[in-house]
Amino acid sequence: MSDRPVADKFAAFEELIPPLTDLNTPYREALSRGELILQQCQSCFSHQYPFESFCYECGSTELENKISLGQGFVYSFVKVHQPYHSAFKPFIPYTVATIQLDDGPRLLSAMLDLTTDVKIGDRVKPRIERITASESMLMYELERP
Amino acid sequence: MKSLKQKYCIIGVGNTAYGKNPGISQIAHNVLAIRSALEDAGLTAQDLDGVLTKAPTSTFPMLWGPKIAEALRIQPKVTATLDQAGASNIGLIQYAISAIELGQAEVIAISYGDNPRTGTRASYARPRGDDALAGLFGAPSSYAMVAKRHMHEYGTTNEQLANVAIAHRTHASMNPGAQFQELFTVDDYMSSRWVAEPFRLLDCCPVSDGGAAYIITTEEKAKELKTLPVYIEGIGQAHPSWDFYRRPELATSGAKIAGKMAFESAGLQPADVDFCEIYDCFTIVPLISLEEYGFVEKGEGGSFYEEQRTHIGGELPCNTSGGLLSETGMPGTQLVVEAVRQLRGQGQNRQVKGAEVGLVSQQGGIMTTHATMLLSNQGVHQ
Repeated sequence: MSDRPVADKFAAFEELIPPLTDLNTPYREALSRGELILQQCQSCFSHQYPFESFCYECGSTELENKISLGQGFVYSFVKVHQPYHSAFKPFIPYTVATIQLDDGPRLLSAMLDLTTDVKIGDRVKPRIERITASESMLMYELERP
Repeated sequence: MKSLKQKYCIIGVGNTAYGKNPGISQIAHNVLAIRSALEDAGLTAQDLDGVLTKAPTSTFPMLWGPKIAEALRIQPKVTATLDQAGASNIGLIQYAISAIELGQAEVIAISYGDNPRTGTRASYARPRGDDALAGLFGAPSSYAMVAKRHMHEYGTTNEQLANVAIAHRTHASMNPGAQFQELFTVDDYMSSRWVAEPFRLLDCCPVSDGGAAYIITTEEKAKELKTLPVYIEGIGQAHPSWDFYRRPELATSGAKIAGKMAFESAGLQPADVDFCEIYDCFTIVPLISLEEYGFVEKGEGGSFYEEQRTHIGGELPCNTSGGLLSETGMPGTQLVVEAVRQLRGQGQNRQVKGAEVGLVSQQGGIMTTHATMLLSNQGVHQ
């Protein structure tokens, strides 16, 4: 995915990229390679996102990064009509979903360019799109559109 | 609460005009509301030995309690600023009771004031760190995610959400101080614009300027004054705490545990409650709150509102002054003020007849915090 050209329609998302930190750098570098990684606790083996220096479940500080397929299902969602940020304007109304990952964590994700409406329970998979030369963003799409 | 040495009362309430008030600072909203509450109690600022505040949502300054004290030209023994978001206004009462119980203070003012309507409101639509790229901005989208899940689990409909907004607007129409008093129908609701489906504009409370305050003291001190005291019968709190989308259950709140705690400490049960003032930043919240408190079965909040059972004159009047949705978008202080007015028989043409026990429900964040308070007049004011 890393050799894909930057799509102009995603360029405006650059403004929303949070600052790089020691904690989020591995995640962001993985995304820009086209991979989703989570942390896995080496004590209780639960998966974690966002990244921290300790495990939220058991407090262990032994964590390793693991590549995740990122699959899951839609736990809830909204369809945003309000133009809160210019980057999302071309996609209005756009869907934001709470994704229940098969690996355990839940996360929030935009689902852009949908051709059919999503429903709670729909199976979804990651869609990683390049925003800048070095940054990509995680979105989700339906497994079977 | 069971082991407290004495009873505690609210002896004065006050507020500034709700809505759009250019030129009135955050400090002014606090000070003018406190001075109004003091006058209501028959006291002056010099009678206060405690000042407790919730920080303004729009800016969140440091050392806010002492700043309010300075603006009252007093140096109180006790100050604090508590952050439980929209639940802070009951949390502060708990703090006041603790301070009085410890002998640190006897008369305490609690206030909130902010001017996000005419001042800055950038904090209201702030993207949330790493979640900004997910496109979730502003509180409406997050609460809409909760509403969508409630609809999925229990079949709650937009018509039912409309009836929450309509009930509160109906009460606001009887309240000359309410920011929005014009009645609307389900059709009007259905034609209001989408903000974040399943929420339309009329599911959302306004952003409002305003201040509100109340004065807390002991029963003994209250009896020295000419004011009509309202008794604090029970307080509970419970905080779901996690980012909303990571909680095991999305369509619940802290009301269940906070309510149980409040009812147990008061020795009361839901059937004893004559009216409720429920935090209603969005229509889904009071509906879930009534379910969690046990006034209705889980999943039946929507039909309870649709059958208009929360209207004044119905079996459980709720949000008698219009709530956040219609009286003012202030985060919860006004709900305590209205409960006190109802229990004193000062509800004018929106008075709940024979009201003796009222429940105030507050929550903040995205149903992240929760506090519940039971108030009564012990049957003496009506």
